[in-house]
Amino acid sequence: MNVSLFITCLCDTFTPDVGKDTVQLLERCGCEVDFPAGQTCCGQPAYNSGYTTQSKQAVKQMITAFEASEYVVGPSGSCVQMVKEYPHILRDEPEWRKRAEHLAGRTYELTQFIVAVLGIDDVHSTFQGTATYHPSCHMTRLLGVKDAPRRLLENVQGLTLINLPQGEDCCGFGGTFAVKNAAISAQMVEEKSCHVTETKAEYLIGGDMGCLMNIGGRLSRNEEDVKVLHIAQVLNSQ
Amino acid sequence: MSIKIGTKTYADRIQEGIDNTFMRHAVSSAQGRFRTGRLKAAEELGDWEDWRTLGEEIRTHTMENLDYYLYQLSEQVEKRGGTVFFAETAEEANTYVQKVAEEKQARKVVKSKSMVTEEIGLNEALEKSGCEVVESDLGEWILQLDEDPPSHIVTPALHKNKSQIRETFVKKKGYTKTDDPEELAAFAREQLRQDFLEADIGVTGCNFAVAESGTVTLVTNEGNARMVSTLPDTQIAVMGMERIVPTWEELEVLVSLLTRAAVGQKLTSYITSLTGTRLENEVDGPEDFHLVIVDNGRSKILGTEFQSALHCIRCAACINVCPVYRHVGGHSYNSIYPGPIGAVLTPLLDGYEDHKELPYASSLCAACTEACPVKIPLHEHLIRHREIIVEKEQKTTKAERLAMTGFAQWASTPAAYKLSTKMAGTVLKPWTKDGSIKNGPGPMKAWTAARDFPAPAKKSFRTWFDEREKRREKDDRL
Repeated sequence: MNVSLFITCLCDTFTPDVGKDTVQLLERCGCEVDFPAGQTCCGQPAYNSGYTTQSKQAVKQMITAFEASEYVVGPSGSCVQMVKEYPHILRDEPEWRKRAEHLAGRTYELTQFIVAVLGIDDVHSTFQGTATYHPSCHMTRLLGVKDAPRRLLENVQGLTLINLPQGEDCCGFGGTFAVKNAAISAQMVEEKSCHVTETKAEYLIGGDMGCLMNIGGRLSRNEEDVKVLHIAQVLNSQ
Repeated sequence: MSIKIGTKTYADRIQEGIDNTFMRHAVSSAQGRFRTGRLKAAEELGDWEDWRTLGEEIRTHTMENLDYYLYQLSEQVEKRGGTVFFAETAEEANTYVQKVAEEKQARKVVKSKSMVTEEIGLNEALEKSGCEVVESDLGEWILQLDEDPPSHIVTPALHKNKSQIRETFVKKKGYTKTDDPEELAAFAREQLRQDFLEADIGVTGCNFAVAESGTVTLVTNEGNARMVSTLPDTQIAVMGMERIVPTWEELEVLVSLLTRAAVGQKLTSYITSLTGTRLENEVDGPEDFHLVIVDNGRSKILGTEFQSALHCIRCAACINVCPVYRHVGGHSYNSIYPGPIGAVLTPLLDGYEDHKELPYASSLCAACTEACPVKIPLHEHLIRHREIIVEKEQKTTKAERLAMTGFAQWASTPAAYKLSTKMAGTVLKPWTKDGSIKNGPGPMKAWTAARDFPAPAKKSFRTWFDEREKRREKDDRL
C-alpha cells in the first residue's frame, strides 16, 4: 500500500525522530512510504485565529502537494482534522472544494490508519515501562479517534498503562491560544501536568506533538522527570 | 443589569479569576459533580446520542418555523385569557412590565430565576418605578442582597461559599445564626415566605412555552417558582423569543435533555406548567396573566450562520465542562451569559465592541460541543466569530495581521518553509540552553513564561528523508 507521509510542521522542525519512527512503523506494517516535498503547514494556526483568507494559501499548497497520493497519513489528530476542514474552508470555490474533498477522504491519523485501514491492532512492539496516555481533544472529539491508540498501546509488550485522571480535559495548548491567552493556558497546562505526575508513570504518551510540547514543556519547567513520547515512538520500539 | 456586568478590562478580569482560589475550587468541584451526574444520567437514559439528535432536530425545526409557532403561542395564550406583548428591545419589555405594575399599583414584585430578565435589566427598571423586587431563587436572592451578578446560568451563586453567604445575611438581613447550610436555607425560606405573601405581582422566566396550548413551563428545584406563580394575583412571564416548543411531545424530549444535561437529574423537583388565567369555572390560576416575548437582538441571529446558537436550552452543560471557565470563573466573561455559550451569544446580542476577547477565551477543545444536548457546534461558532473580528470588524492588532500574512507566505512557499526548518535552530541559538528555551524572544515569551520551548532539531525530518532516499537510490544503483 502506498502511503504519503504528512509530517506536520512541528514534527518536521522539532521532533524529526517522531517522523522517522512513523516512517519505519508504517513500513513494518507493509506500506511503501513517500514524502511529498511540497507539503508545509496545514494552516490551522491562521484558520483557528480567524485568518481564514490567510489559511487558504496554506490549505491550497497542501492540497496541491498531496494531489497524487493514494493515502495520506499524519502523526497528529489535530493536523489531520484540519485537513478534514478543508472542504468547508473552500466551500465557495467549487473546483478547490472538490480537490479538498478528495484529499480529506484519503487522509488519516496514524493510529486510525493502522487500525481502521490496515486492520492491524498489534504492531509487535516492545517497550518496558509504565506510561499514561493523554487523549488529545481534536483527535478524540473532532476526528473521533478514541479506541485506536489504546488498542495499539495495550498490545505493546512490557508496557503498563496507567489511567490519566481527567484525561479528557484539554492541556491548554490550543495553538495560538497558548500565546494569546497565556495566563489561562498556563493554568490549564499546570493542572494537566499535575494529573500526569499524580499517576507516577515514567512516560507520558500522546498522539499530537502540539499537546506534548505543551505538557512536556511544563513538566520540564517543573523539573519533573516524566519522559514525553509520541505514540509512534512507542509503537516502533522493539 | 444588562448583558454586560462591569467595566474592568479583559486582562484584569482574567487575572482576578485566576487569583480567586476559593472560587476556582468551588467551580472545579461543581464541574466534577455536574459532569459525573450528566454522564450517569445520559447512560441511564440510553441512546443519549439519539436523544441529542432528536433535540437538535426539534430545535432546528422550531427555529425554522419560529414565526408560525410564535403566532400560535400568542393566539393560544390570548384564547385562555392572557395578554401577549412582543418586545423588540429590552426597553420595550421593561416599559411594558412597568406599565402593568403601575396599573396594579404594585409595591412588591417577587421573581423566580430568569436569565432573560437579567439580560434586559428588569429589576432595575421596576425599582426605578418604585417597586420592591425580591428574587426568590436562593442563589439569586443571595446575589441580590450582595449586589453581585450571577456567575453561572443555572447555579448563579456558584462562586460564593457559606461563610460569605452568612456574612451577607448578617449584614443585610440581621441574621444571627451559624454558617450551617441548613440554617442558612431555613432563614432564607422564612424571609422569603413573607415576601411571597405580600407580593402584588409574580414574575417568572420561561424554560419552554408550548405553542399548541399557550403554556409556560418552568423547570426548578426549590419550589419557589410555584410560590411566585400561585400566590400573587397578577402573573408576568418573560421569555426569550426562542424559548418555544411546538407541542407537549417536544416539551417532554427537551425537558428530559435539560434536566439531565444541566445537573444529571432525571427530573427536577418541580416542573410547573401554567396555562392562562383563572377562567369562570376554574378554582385557581391568576386573575391576570401577561406573557412578554423578548427579541432584544435574537431575530438578527435568525437566518445567519449563528442560528443554531438560538437552539440553546440554557442547561449550562457547556459551562460545566469548559476548562477555561474552570480556571477563570463566570465573572471573567463580563456577561450574564458566561462560558462557551456566553462567548458565542454575548457578541451576537451585545456587539463585538465590548466583547471582542470572548471568542478567543477558548482553546477550541470542543468539550462544549460534545456536551451540548442539542448539538450546537459551539467551538465552530467561536471560530466564525474570530473570522468576523479579523475580517469584518478588523479588531486585531497590526502585529498579528502582519504575522498572519507572513505565515501565509511561508506556508505557501515550500522553499521558504524548508529554509525555515533549517534555520530555526540557528536563529534561536542565543536563547537555547541544554536543548530547550526557558526565556524566549517576542511572542515566544508568553509561552516560555510558563513552560520550556524545545530547541529546533539540528536536522529537520525532510532533510533526513531526502538523505535516506538518496542513500537508497545509491544502494539500488550499486
